Amino acid sequence: MSGNNKKDANKVVDELLKVYPSKVARKRAQQIVINQKDKELNVPEIKANVRTTPGIITQRGCTYAGCKGVVLGPTRDILNLTHGPIGCGFYSWLTRRNQTRPPTDKDDNFMTYCFSTDMQDSEIIFGGEKKLAKAIEEAYNIFKPKAIGIFATCPVGLIGDDIHSVAKKMSDKLGINVFGFSCEGYKGVSQSAGHHIANNQLFKHVIGKGKEKPKGKFRINLLGEYNIGGDAFLIEELLEKCGITLVSTFSGNSSYDGFANSHNADLNCIMCHRSINYVADMIEKKYGIPWIKVNFLGADASAKSLRKIAQYFDDNELTEKVEKVIEEEMAKVKKAQKEIRPRNEGKLAMMFVGGSRAHHYQELFNEIGMKTIAAGYEFAHRDDYEGRKVLPTIQIDADSRNIEELTVEADPVEYQPRKTEEEIKALEKAGLEFSGYEGMMPTMENQTLIIDDISQAETEKLIDIYKPAIFCAGIKEKYTVQKSGTPMLQLHSYDYGGPFAVFDGAINFYKTVDRMVNARIWSFVKAPWQTTGKPVLEAELVHN
Amino acid sequence: MRKVAIYGKGGIGKSTTTQNTVAALVEMGKKVMVVGCDPKADSTRLLLGGLAQKTVLDTLREEGEDVELLDIRKEGYGGTLCVESGGPEPGVGCAGRGIITSINLLEQLGAYTDDQNLDYAFYDVLGDVVCGGFAMPIREGKAQEIYIVCSGEMMAMYAANNICKGIVKFAEAGGVRLGGLICNSRNVDNERDMIDEFAKRLGTQMVHFLPRDNDVQRAEIKRMSVIEWNPDVPQANEYRTLASNIDANEMFVIPKPMKINELESLLLDFGVLVA
Repeated sequence: MSGNNKKDANKVVDELLKVYPSKVARKRAQQIVINQKDKELNVPEIKANVRTTPGIITQRGCTYAGCKGVVLGPTRDILNLTHGPIGCGFYSWLTRRNQTRPPTDKDDNFMTYCFSTDMQDSEIIFGGEKKLAKAIEEAYNIFKPKAIGIFATCPVGLIGDDIHSVAKKMSDKLGINVFGFSCEGYKGVSQSAGHHIANNQLFKHVIGKGKEKPKGKFRINLLGEYNIGGDAFLIEELLEKCGITLVSTFSGNSSYDGFANSHNADLNCIMCHRSINYVADMIEKKYGIPWIKVNFLGADASAKSLRKIAQYFDDNELTEKVEKVIEEEMAKVKKAQKEIRPRNEGKLAMMFVGGSRAHHYQELFNEIGMKTIAAGYEFAHRDDYEGRKVLPTIQIDADSRNIEELTVEADPVEYQPRKTEEEIKALEKAGLEFSGYEGMMPTMENQTLIIDDISQAETEKLIDIYKPAIFCAGIKEKYTVQKSGTPMLQLHSYDYGGPFAVFDGAINFYKTVDRMVNARIWSFVKAPWQTTGKPVLEAELVHN
Repeated sequence: MRKVAIYGKGGIGKSTTTQNTVAALVEMGKKVMVVGCDPKADSTRLLLGGLAQKTVLDTLREEGEDVELLDIRKEGYGGTLCVESGGPEPGVGCAGRGIITSINLLEQLGAYTDDQNLDYAFYDVLGDVVCGGFAMPIREGKAQEIYIVCSGEMMAMYAANNICKGIVKFAEAGGVRLGGLICNSRNVDNERDMIDEFAKRLGTQMVHFLPRDNDVQRAEIKRMSVIEWNPDVPQANEYRTLASNIDANEMFVIPKPMKINELESLLLDFGVLVA
């Protein structure tokens, strides 16, 4: 299957919109954009982070999922307690998506557990605060964690349980850090609201609480890397090889102490811009740590990100080490590319996932000659598509106003700018961009399709029209895509595969995709009688 | 069996009127169950001689699934069966969900089945219909007739009009109908004529005009209905009349709620400015 590259994008858009009632079609038309860049890399405006029209089968998750599942879930030693009926806690039990590695067997790892207050009818009627307090105490008595996070589900918001006062009361009683997240599922248009809430509470209750000064000359935090399929392990290994100290990761393979001491790093590196940019901005304001955008998905992107870090610290020894590591790693990568690229050159990929992933993985596909013909995010905002330069023009709607916006000021004691204004200016002049993200659209070719919050109907239609060699999304989309005879790669979790980060991960990715795309098995998804229209066996009914 | 729900503005005298009317129905030989749907659980106080009832929700919470009808239903004045739904203390949880749960439980336990030989079941519901839970008694298959307690005070009439809007919604979907207004007098000028007219505009009737009488309070302080306290006082007869009017009532309508400006002009026409 080589895919169909020569389609008129305008006609495709018409085709996608055809099934909708006119009002819905008008709205979707603003979320389905044909990419067109000018010389300054300006791109058309796309509508994003708006409510999904009821009736459309969306990929999106809820606010609770974004807060508890995505941002806090991968932390191993904060005991994450869901306050609500059992379903929310049970289905957000991170059984395999995010990996973690406690330093020793004696260190806490609560990720294999699922904690919930298991609210019943009676708690809905009489209020659930007492049961919550009891659950916190019980969890503390059994596990003795450093910190407990409480996550509110929809019914908690409806009946008005005050989880924050319970958190405070229990924190005083137990002498550990207990904090709540008002991340009721209905609160935002997607899981994105939950990311923001998680960022706010981590910033208020955890970041800066640590007193440990991490050792190491070049100290960074990695933000928005969730150790899916072990990605963070590879990044950690690589950074160590280069002599860069990772103080904390938000939040793959992370620990409470890492978060608490993260204000002692000297640079914040953002992977997933959507889910964590709030924390980066707030840390910069309060502690004076600048942030840069990095991407460790794709060999070239990883090399570029390492060089950015080296450039920031401006140290010859570090730069030499980084260059040496890149050279070594690239040799392996080039060898793999040389073998795999010819088999995949020109094939088409589609990606509808996340708030950064649909962008990052295009690097990996490019490296084996595959082109992303259509891409989109599930819960991103306009800046993730068009770049942060459009931030001043983004309208704040009622749904976003619903989420607390923290006012942050420089800390009287801890604020310490890591670079002087002159140094920052010099680095910028040398090409290092601070607090910037170019967005996905400026990196994609003209006439490709950018689709926000893609629906199931649009997914099926797109596959039918373009017949891509591979389609990337999440578990909810997996089986319908496979039924169409299209290889499907999950990028929320890696299913049975991964890791795909940095150089070794890239090689793994090339091999994984090569194997999927070139497997003949997908041509057998449809039974012979479904394709030829003829029966496979012919027989006559014989009476005896 | 007739299932009757009593609504009206908070503090208008729903519980008092309901219990006094029930006492009169009992005197007429009727078998009646009263279901209090107020978290304060004070809808059966006059029939039981005090707040002696353990609520459905408290019982459910303590006993778990092993709840029997006898645990939550107590016999009061003249053989009335008294149930208090109960609910959370003010400011926590969800009282509406409580009412839904407790009415469902009563049904499951067979409180309304034919072998109970009931002539009437009364639901005494708190204040306005603030959420879905408080509309539970008038949903499909529950109460078929509603009486609204009101007075000639403006806010009571506003509330009555609002309740009518709620009734329209449920009446169109199910079988619930408005049986009439009960005027619990506050000695407002022209009160009787005004409520009479108000009822007509709503497409219904004033079932009875209850004059204001301190004997109601005297009986209440003794934790009794007027009829139990002193069957010979004039007010006892008023409740008897109300009870027989309800018993004989055949006028059940889907109300036509008034627009706010119409309601205000009604108030102007009937004497707010006279004096």
